[in-house]
Amino acid sequence: MKINPPKRPLQFLRWFCREDYLEEIEGDLTEVFKKQAQSHPRQAKWKFAWSVVKYFRPEFIKSFKNYQPNAYGMYKSYFKVGWRNLLRSKGYSLINIGGLALGMSVAILIGLWVFDELSYNKHQKNYDSVAAVLQNNTEDGKIETWSSQSYQLGPELRNSYGSYFKFVVMSSFAGNSILAKEEKVFTMTGCFMEADGPELLSLQMMKGTSTGLKDPSSLLLSASAATVFFGADDPIGKVLKLDNSVDLKIIGVYQDIPDNSSFRGELAFIAPLEVLVNRGGRNFGWGNNWLQVFVQLAENVDMQQASIAIKDAKMKNVDGDDKRFKPELLLHPMSKWHLYSDFKDGVNVGGRIEFVWLFGLIGVFVVLLACINFMNLSTARSLKRSKEVGVRKVIGSGRGELIRQFFIESLLVVSLAFIFSILLVHLFLPWFNLIASKNIRIDWLNPSLWLALFASALFVTLLAGSYPSFYLSAFSPIKVLKGTFRVGKYAALPRKALVIVQFSVSVILAIGATVVYQQIQFAKNRPIGYELNGLVTVPIQTQEVKKNYHVLRNELLASGVIAEVSTSETTVTNLWWSDWGYEWKGKDPNSPGHIYRGAIDYEFGKTIGWKIIEGRDFSRDFPSDSSAFILNEAAVKYMGLKNPIGENIRSLGRNYTVIGVVEDMVTQSLYESNKQTIFVLDRFDRANFINVRINPEAGASKAIEELNRLFVKYNPNTPFEYKFADDEFAGKFSFEARVGKLVGIFALIAIFISCLGLFGLASFMAEQRLKEISIRKVLGATVSGLWQMLSKDFVIMTIASCLLAAPIGYYLMNGWLQQYEYRNTISGWLLLIIGIGALMITLTTVSFQAVKAALMNPVNSLKSE
Amino acid sequence: MTQQSLGEFEELVLLMVAALHDEAYGVAILEGLEEKLKKKVNISAVHVALKRIEDKGFVKSRFGGITEDRGGRRKKFYVITALGKKILDNQYALRTSIYQQIPKISFG
Repeated sequence: MKINPPKRPLQFLRWFCREDYLEEIEGDLTEVFKKQAQSHPRQAKWKFAWSVVKYFRPEFIKSFKNYQPNAYGMYKSYFKVGWRNLLRSKGYSLINIGGLALGMSVAILIGLWVFDELSYNKHQKNYDSVAAVLQNNTEDGKIETWSSQSYQLGPELRNSYGSYFKFVVMSSFAGNSILAKEEKVFTMTGCFMEADGPELLSLQMMKGTSTGLKDPSSLLLSASAATVFFGADDPIGKVLKLDNSVDLKIIGVYQDIPDNSSFRGELAFIAPLEVLVNRGGRNFGWGNNWLQVFVQLAENVDMQQASIAIKDAKMKNVDGDDKRFKPELLLHPMSKWHLYSDFKDGVNVGGRIEFVWLFGLIGVFVVLLACINFMNLSTARSLKRSKEVGVRKVIGSGRGELIRQFFIESLLVVSLAFIFSILLVHLFLPWFNLIASKNIRIDWLNPSLWLALFASALFVTLLAGSYPSFYLSAFSPIKVLKGTFRVGKYAALPRKALVIVQFSVSVILAIGATVVYQQIQFAKNRPIGYELNGLVTVPIQTQEVKKNYHVLRNELLASGVIAEVSTSETTVTNLWWSDWGYEWKGKDPNSPGHIYRGAIDYEFGKTIGWKIIEGRDFSRDFPSDSSAFILNEAAVKYMGLKNPIGENIRSLGRNYTVIGVVEDMVTQSLYESNKQTIFVLDRFDRANFINVRINPEAGASKAIEELNRLFVKYNPNTPFEYKFADDEFAGKFSFEARVGKLVGIFALIAIFISCLGLFGLASFMAEQRLKEISIRKVLGATVSGLWQMLSKDFVIMTIASCLLAAPIGYYLMNGWLQQYEYRNTISGWLLLIIGIGALMITLTTVSFQAVKAALMNPVNSLKSE
Repeated sequence: MTQQSLGEFEELVLLMVAALHDEAYGVAILEGLEEKLKKKVNISAVHVALKRIEDKGFVKSRFGGITEDRGGRRKKFYVITALGKKILDNQYALRTSIYQQIPKISFG
């Protein structure tokens, strides 16, 4: 029987005993133990333990104070070996570092974007206590959520619900106004607000005071607006003329609204709401919603609680028609303004937050793809490192040390990639800002930014390094060194699985980008019912424009460069005015008779180039046209009219006759179905826009020049502004276009990174099977046969990932398309084409290596043995 | 030299090292002492003494070969130095000289 000294005391001894004494002491102890153990094994064990305890005294205890594991040298060696490994296989290092750098820079850019989105409005002091008052109205059984409110709501909230709120502020929606100081005349976007507005919005005052808006002749200016008018001079106390009607005295200047604010670009000036009220032309009933209402909660009031409390504030005060809509008020907290702005059936259902999630996920996936490259290349090349692992283990390296070594190697790669990615981000940020329509700047001196960056770099190191380091450090030294080391049949399986994941993600992204692109194209190609090219709109901002309209029109027509001129209440690209209560024969009594309205003049139709499909256009030859309607097809359908021409329609106590039906026009969102619309001659002088049709024979620039000249000639006090209708129209899909572009770019990068990895793997495979290929060649294999052999695996993997990605991509993108009323369908062809595209890319990538290996002269690789 | 002290147990160990000459290592010393003293001695005590007399320069040591029953650890052999021998001689002379001063009275 062989008895060994008890384990624990021995471990204890080895732990505390000085190294130079350990040899002797342990040896002697063991010898004594063995002698005793022959007669009294149990006693011997106790004795051994007791002796060990007796050694636990200062002379024998190693100096823990000066104890240095001397890891420094070891780590230095790890770095050195890692660096040499990088240099030895430059190609792989380049793929690893390049892929990771690309992935990380995409992730950093996305991170910046997400951070910017999340930071919206956070700069506001009252971020947690400010809310906008919204209302839910039930219309045709559908609940619609509006942000607009009536002039009655403010006082009602203040008087009956005052205990909930610190401030209740009514404000106009942001709009353009003309500000003038003698010859300096500019159009600026601003709001008309009640006096507490600036405090509620926590505007940062630079000069003057924010509390003087109670005076109806006061005005607050933003810093940049003040600079425009007064340069470096002190603007306080100076007077500006607003909309050519009232003189307002500047009482304060506030800092410009930051980019990440919901009021971005909307508050160049703030004028008292009274100015707007005194101007007239506004209705003050409960049913006239033309204001927005903001509240700031009183202290210790819960947002939810206040929201429930004010629910019926409007319902209690309205009667008749308005009661039928069952208006319910609710609060929309500032923290949700930007990211959660969509309402469905009266409930907040998200909004931009979906894009934050989408891009966040894409960022994570792109980094993951790069990490997969790293893992795959490291494990694929494990055969090369296996001998090193074996020797290290024999010399005494534990598994822990090896794991550490491989982690340090991945740290080295990630650090290099990190440096490159920072450079890339710095380089591409302006371009990214352009595409994302952002103004993100990086504060390189911000420590928390660096903390976040380093933390994510470390995370990537762990992610990329974990699998290879555990895999490589697990090799058994004996097997490796004896040369019988075989990578098992299934060793490549996880690698293949990772490649499939990689390609699936890339293909899904590609599907996403293509579907978004197709949807935009689909919407762009939608028949819009009028002629966009050469249509220009000029806003009527002052009375003089209205007064001089006819002279201007005649001169424009006489100039020859303008084909037609007309006026309208709203532009044709954004016809938003709607009324309730239209009556017609055969109307369902429950229908609210909700129809959009375009108030136009005789030449409007000709100017925009609409298509009358039944009846006729308005004409000066028929005096009765002042009480005539032209319907669009959607309106005919909405009313259920069989023979619309000649039908009688009542509106606001007047009778109108339908004289024509016009083809449906896209007057609102491109993605929604066409709205039921009537067109009527403008009897109330509501014209807000001049529509100008440029003569196609004259160039656009020449026409605009002429328009400008004549406009200024007749309206010296109004700044000339114009918009091309097709630009306005392009604005309808700019958001989708932006998202599509970004997803497309990310998809390309993802595919590129995946291909980098594939390229590396393929070249490694070819290299590993060099001898095999040579022998096959000697025995008569053809180049195409070898090419097939080397590419087969990759083709199978690509097909597998396409099969995986297609249903997922289809499901996701089909869900995305559901939000659009006017939408494209995803065809099987699209999926097939993307699949074939992926296959082609894979084949090209792999073939490069495969063909190179197949073409090589077998002698070169065989002669060496 | 005089400040070099030598404890009783240390002296015994030193004597044993000298006696075993070239074969003196921990366990041999231990066994030698146990035999002479007729009592159990703990190996740790031997090691403590050995370290102390080595620090004082009375013995020097070298590593020997590996034997099976030592769990692969080498023996550490101790040899007495000239200084060690001198101190033993001094001790011996001192004790003898004092001993001889004992009057020859009968203790009987």
